[in-house]
Amino acid sequence: MSPEARQSFAATVWLVTKKDLLIELRSREVVYTTLFFAVACVLVFAFGFVREGVAVDDAAAGILWIAIAFSGTLALGRTFERERQNDTLRALMLTPADRPALYVGKLTGVLVLLAAVELIVTPLVALMFHAPLFAFPLMMGLLLAAGTIGFAAVGTLFAAMLVRARSRDVLLPILLYPITIPVIIAGVRGTAVLLQPEVNLPVARMWLSILVFFDVVFITLALWTFEPAMSD
Amino acid sequence: MKKLFTPLLILTAAMFAYAPVAIQNAPYESTMGLVQKIFYFHVPSWFVMFSAAGVCGIGGAVFLFTGRKDADRFALAAAELAVVFGLMGLLTGPLWGRKAWGVWWQWDARLTSALVMWLVFVAYLLLRKYGGAGSEKLSAVLALFGMANVPFVYLSVNLWRTVHPKTSVVMSLEPEMGRPFLLCSLAFMALFVLVLAARVRLENMRAALDELYLSLED
Repeated sequence: MSPEARQSFAATVWLVTKKDLLIELRSREVVYTTLFFAVACVLVFAFGFVREGVAVDDAAAGILWIAIAFSGTLALGRTFERERQNDTLRALMLTPADRPALYVGKLTGVLVLLAAVELIVTPLVALMFHAPLFAFPLMMGLLLAAGTIGFAAVGTLFAAMLVRARSRDVLLPILLYPITIPVIIAGVRGTAVLLQPEVNLPVARMWLSILVFFDVVFITLALWTFEPAMSD
Repeated sequence: MKKLFTPLLILTAAMFAYAPVAIQNAPYESTMGLVQKIFYFHVPSWFVMFSAAGVCGIGGAVFLFTGRKDADRFALAAAELAVVFGLMGLLTGPLWGRKAWGVWWQWDARLTSALVMWLVFVAYLLLRKYGGAGSEKLSAVLALFGMANVPFVYLSVNLWRTVHPKTSVVMSLEPEMGRPFLLCSLAFMALFVLVLAARVRLENMRAALDELYLSLED
């Protein structure tokens, strides 16, 4: 890639992200609904996994990641529903911009939204389940970041492609969850390691490296397939 | 393929007719006894499932990057067969597991990754059925991601203890057990090729019929 091409790529990514965030800042629809949904998820799971006032082993890790996966699906669905209403996704595809740059732009927008949700939900889970999620803030942050990127990378591609499909609301989780199971497993296991009385950091690092590897492969695949998949 | 279809059909039918006899005559495995014999159908089902998954992924990739419609028909037919043979593997496995492990299901690496893989192809079919127009491309992407997913699922669940018998068991079979196993594997693969060919032919005819309708309307 030449320096100019790199610059225009970055500019497109920034424009798409800025557009999405501006729309979101004006209505705050996705962030509020997603956040409330995540909190509701945590509450529902609390009824299932708390026995006599104490949560079962590793419940906090599982609940945190399920809340992220569920609310992430909701956020993805809403973000692209917005693009569908006035057929703006087609307009975006008609611009003479790099398709991969458009994808990265949409992905960044979704990631910012999910980060905002996680910023609230993670302390909430730590508080309600007495889970020392912040004993290793850097490791926890990296696990959350890598897991969210992996989930959103697949999710953004699928949600973008489902915009034109029928029954897209139902199909998104059906397609997304089997593919993102490695993210859920690695995220939950990595977080669970951090919650042990004696933390085994190398094991947590191993799960993190699986997540990073997953991110690299799936972003590469998404960039590679976005162009042919989105052209009519 | 047309010329070969009938001879292959007869051969496959003969192999499946003889398979119960061959399995009956195979010696009993020393620790498992009778229940081990399900292995002669269980393992070939998964052979076919993974071959079908491969055909689906490759067909999807060819369709996605060249736009060849016939590749997509191959992918669709293979996805259907992956679900059918995967279901066979998923049903025969627990029958053995109940005897060998005492439970119907284990969250073992091989079992979990096979289940996830199967779910990807069920999702593929749901997408084809309910996604409407344009879902061919998304399903091709899904098949590609599904294939790329296999090592990750396997790696991530492998850190739980594996209890499933190793694949190397197949290479170290006694000849008396190896021959019926080879027969069953060949029979299953031949069945896969036959059904795949028939299914692709049906899709091709359906596409030709659609084209005729369209040209009639013009």
